[in-house]
Amino acid sequence: MSFISRGFRGKKRDTATSSRVPPGQYVVTDFPVLSAGPTPRVGLAEWTFVVEGEIDEPKKWTWEEFRKLPAEEVTKDIHCVTKWTKLDTVWKGVSVDTILEGVETAAEFVMAFSYGGYTTNLPLEDVSGGKAWVAYEFDGQPLHPEHGGPARLLVPHLYFWKSAKWVRGLRLINKDEPGFWESNGYNMYGDPWREQRYWGD
Amino acid sequence: MARTAVLGRLEWQLGNVAELVQETPRVASLVLDVPEWQGHLAGQHVDVRLTADDGYQAERSYSIASAPEEARLGITVERLDDGEVSPYLVGEVRKGDKIELRGPIGGYFVWRGDDDRPLLLVAGGSGVVPLMAMIRHRSAIKSPTPTRLLYSSRSQDDIIYRAELDAFSAAGDGFTVAHCLTRMQPPGWRGYARRIDRAMLEEVGWPKPQNPIMFVCGPTPMVEGVAGHLVDMGFDASSIKTERFGPTGG
Repeated sequence: MSFISRGFRGKKRDTATSSRVPPGQYVVTDFPVLSAGPTPRVGLAEWTFVVEGEIDEPKKWTWEEFRKLPAEEVTKDIHCVTKWTKLDTVWKGVSVDTILEGVETAAEFVMAFSYGGYTTNLPLEDVSGGKAWVAYEFDGQPLHPEHGGPARLLVPHLYFWKSAKWVRGLRLINKDEPGFWESNGYNMYGDPWREQRYWGD
Repeated sequence: MARTAVLGRLEWQLGNVAELVQETPRVASLVLDVPEWQGHLAGQHVDVRLTADDGYQAERSYSIASAPEEARLGITVERLDDGEVSPYLVGEVRKGDKIELRGPIGGYFVWRGDDDRPLLLVAGGSGVVPLMAMIRHRSAIKSPTPTRLLYSSRSQDDIIYRAELDAFSAAGDGFTVAHCLTRMQPPGWRGYARRIDRAMLEEVGWPKPQNPIMFVCGPTPMVEGVAGHLVDMGFDASSIKTERFGPTGG
């Protein structure tokens, strides 16, 4: 460390939680909202979730069908690239393992895509093995549209822009390609513990 | 991934505080000399990192206020009383101090000035900062793009860049500003005196056939409300770009 900001002391360090806060992040208790455009209006009657791309038989669920899939409740810390971290957030949703059950694919990546046109790319490895969910409840309540409802992807071990709001499907792809923010300066992978915020991090 | 390799990492660099401008009682602009600055687009932001003498660090993002054409990099910061970084930047920092930063960041909420669609800019509070970079850019490149700013502040004293906006507006080159003051209005106030609503957007904004591009920046409830009204008015969601400033941010 070479540079010290003259006169900067910072807030009191909370050592109890500091091991859970990645570099450059700070803890919030509210739930900030970030999105690039208007919140899409998605009615449950027309909502569907699909798995497509490098797959023999694409899969598709209506809202009713999706809600009948086995759900899990998980408690996770989430980390937004805009620097806030929220600890112990409680979600309910369907594990991506359940969604991909029985799927045979040679694909190594997925592109999550959303109502409103948002996309984000992830290695298939990072959405399987109990690491990702399609969540429709936050804190015991239906997920608010501002936060991605009816349903959003939840991939808590990566920066939160990877947890696509208003998600409507996963496209299995052979070669990694950038999604929306990844085309606009943000990292292809986005590991908060390695502070992979931007291109080249 | 090739692109990542070509562009390389955004490295931390030191900016020298050349000038401090108190914009309102709670808001100040820091004008920085950044020798290695690679340039930016209007609407982008930077990350600022502060380091205490025990090694503790805090990072936050701030919108760039200066036009790409300016020699110095300007950021404008609102002091949040329970914040960690903003009370340092607005209050502690003096001329001649150095600030560690990296950027520019963000490639979506930007206006390059190379298309002729009319602009509607809608700001709440310090959400005006990235929009000011666009307005300054427009002026610097002498863009003829018809541009309207609808700007909501709590009171007249809270209007950031007031004199400069008035001057741009008086230039008569196609830029106008409409203010609304939500909490307190001075005697004889002739601007709006309520929160931004659909009627106001219809009065200040562009008719749909003019195919405007719209940038909305402010606190979340304001941005959600304005973006929702614009969709209701029939504008395509892809023509509405949003950025948020919540009470969180410190």
